[in-house]
Amino acid sequence: MNTGDAKKPKLGVQAATKIYHTASGDLLALDRCSLDVSANEIVSIVGPSGCGKTTLLWSMSGLHSLTSGEIRLDGKAITGPHPDIGIVFQEANLLPWRNLDANIRFPFEIKGEKPDRAWIAHLLNRVGLDGFGGKFPRELSGGMQQRAAIVRALALKPSVLLMDEPFGALDSFTREEMNRLVEEIWLDTKTTIVFITHSIEEAIFLSDRVVVLSARPGRVAKEYRVPFARPRSLEIMATKEVFDLTNRIKMDIVGERTRPKAPERPSAEIVRIRP
Amino acid sequence: MSGGDAIPEFSKSKSGAKSGDGHEVSLTNLSAFASGPGIRSGKEVAAILAVAVIIIGGIELALRLFHVPLYIMPPPSSIAYALFDEFPLIAPHLGYTLVELLSGFAIGAVIGLVLAAVITQFPFAEKIVAPYILLLVTTPMLALVPLLILRFGFGYTPRIIAVALAAGPMVMINAATGFRRVDSAKIALARSYGASTLQIFWKIRAPMALPMILVGLMIGAIFGLLTAVGAEMVGGGFGLGNRLTTYSSMIQMPQFFAVVLILSTLGILIYVLFFLIGKKWASWEA
Repeated sequence: MNTGDAKKPKLGVQAATKIYHTASGDLLALDRCSLDVSANEIVSIVGPSGCGKTTLLWSMSGLHSLTSGEIRLDGKAITGPHPDIGIVFQEANLLPWRNLDANIRFPFEIKGEKPDRAWIAHLLNRVGLDGFGGKFPRELSGGMQQRAAIVRALALKPSVLLMDEPFGALDSFTREEMNRLVEEIWLDTKTTIVFITHSIEEAIFLSDRVVVLSARPGRVAKEYRVPFARPRSLEIMATKEVFDLTNRIKMDIVGERTRPKAPERPSAEIVRIRP
Repeated sequence: MSGGDAIPEFSKSKSGAKSGDGHEVSLTNLSAFASGPGIRSGKEVAAILAVAVIIIGGIELALRLFHVPLYIMPPPSSIAYALFDEFPLIAPHLGYTLVELLSGFAIGAVIGLVLAAVITQFPFAEKIVAPYILLLVTTPMLALVPLLILRFGFGYTPRIIAVALAAGPMVMINAATGFRRVDSAKIALARSYGASTLQIFWKIRAPMALPMILVGLMIGAIFGLLTAVGAEMVGGGFGLGNRLTTYSSMIQMPQFFAVVLILSTLGILIYVLFFLIGKKWASWEA
């Protein structure tokens, strides 16, 4: 499932539009938002708060339905939660009445499958949670909880992993550590990852591509390719290229109205999708 | 949090590290006894026993010194003697009361739990039945006992019905509070794996409601005990409540207080039982 042909996107978002009907009127959260994610790619989505990042991700997961538009996985439209898509939620979202082992077993219980013990042990070892299986979420630090959540999301071997601001609640050191862990896992599994974050640095460090959404209603405003080879070291974060790219994206997000035209810089390749 | 506020939280860890909140609202906090820092030392045990001896001994001494008549307040020693002496006679009545309590509570709790689970699934239906539930919760079911006796006679039936009527609404209202605590992220998690409504109920909603369900069961059981004893006092020739009226009418105060002692012990046992269940099954609740 992992290897589609190169032209066909792994996950395609086509003119996704989402209107929330609220008491105070209709709210256009996404407006004809289109985005293709190739197989084995890591794509980050950044944007001003309230721009519909999470709506977009939840739509990709099949948890939210779209008002119009389509999400395609391997070319097939998805209409609901799909077993090939794993999700890592904000703030770990572990079940507090279950210990780690039982939390990671949860997806298998729902599916009525036998847990793949060897794979789970491999993942736990990968994220450094060996021997913590009997612990309850409240006994673990935020970082450890989020590691466990990643293991849970990967337990069913999804080919796409959607991550919704997974490290937003963590301190910056833990966050860097987690970013490296995500890259390691990617090198290991080559899972296609869509990553939502507030942190531009995090987006750049992790991604092959950073997608900037416009303020509400959310559309893809810009895309930037991040041209560093993997595994990346934290040192790239100190290079001029990353510095410039960070500023550019920051301008896209916060300076959208005040400075409509950011000055051109040669350091990063710019793909302008929609004016 | 109707009714739940007065109930001490289940202590969340064996380490005895407790959060400050929840303690101010509790009338009595058993966790202070049950989960102190480690096991109580011999010194502490000795101090607790000494205080108990001083209090009980003091009462005994004062009552004898001032020649308080037996029918006003019997001394502790005579109560203890009566408890041992009369126990073979009281024991069957304890059994009757337990039968009423357990069967009435079981019926009430099951109906209460099922209703709570069903009704919280349909918010609109909930709004319609809410006033009637409030009526059931606030009406002292003891008031219905004469009516029930008229209809069902002096046997177990009216008492069991009264206990069920007293316990059921308490279980229901607390369980409903628990079931209403929805965490949309956790439900989304389950849905992302394709969970059915039933799976979401058993794997997410029910465990999340468990702490409140236990609180409801505990309050329900204690209300059930009250109602059982009250119903026995109203009519019928058996049960601990009947013993109370009998002994008091015969001015057998030591025996009367022996029964009261048994009733308080029952109440404490109910409390401790649910406390321990909560510690085992709902200790995740912070």
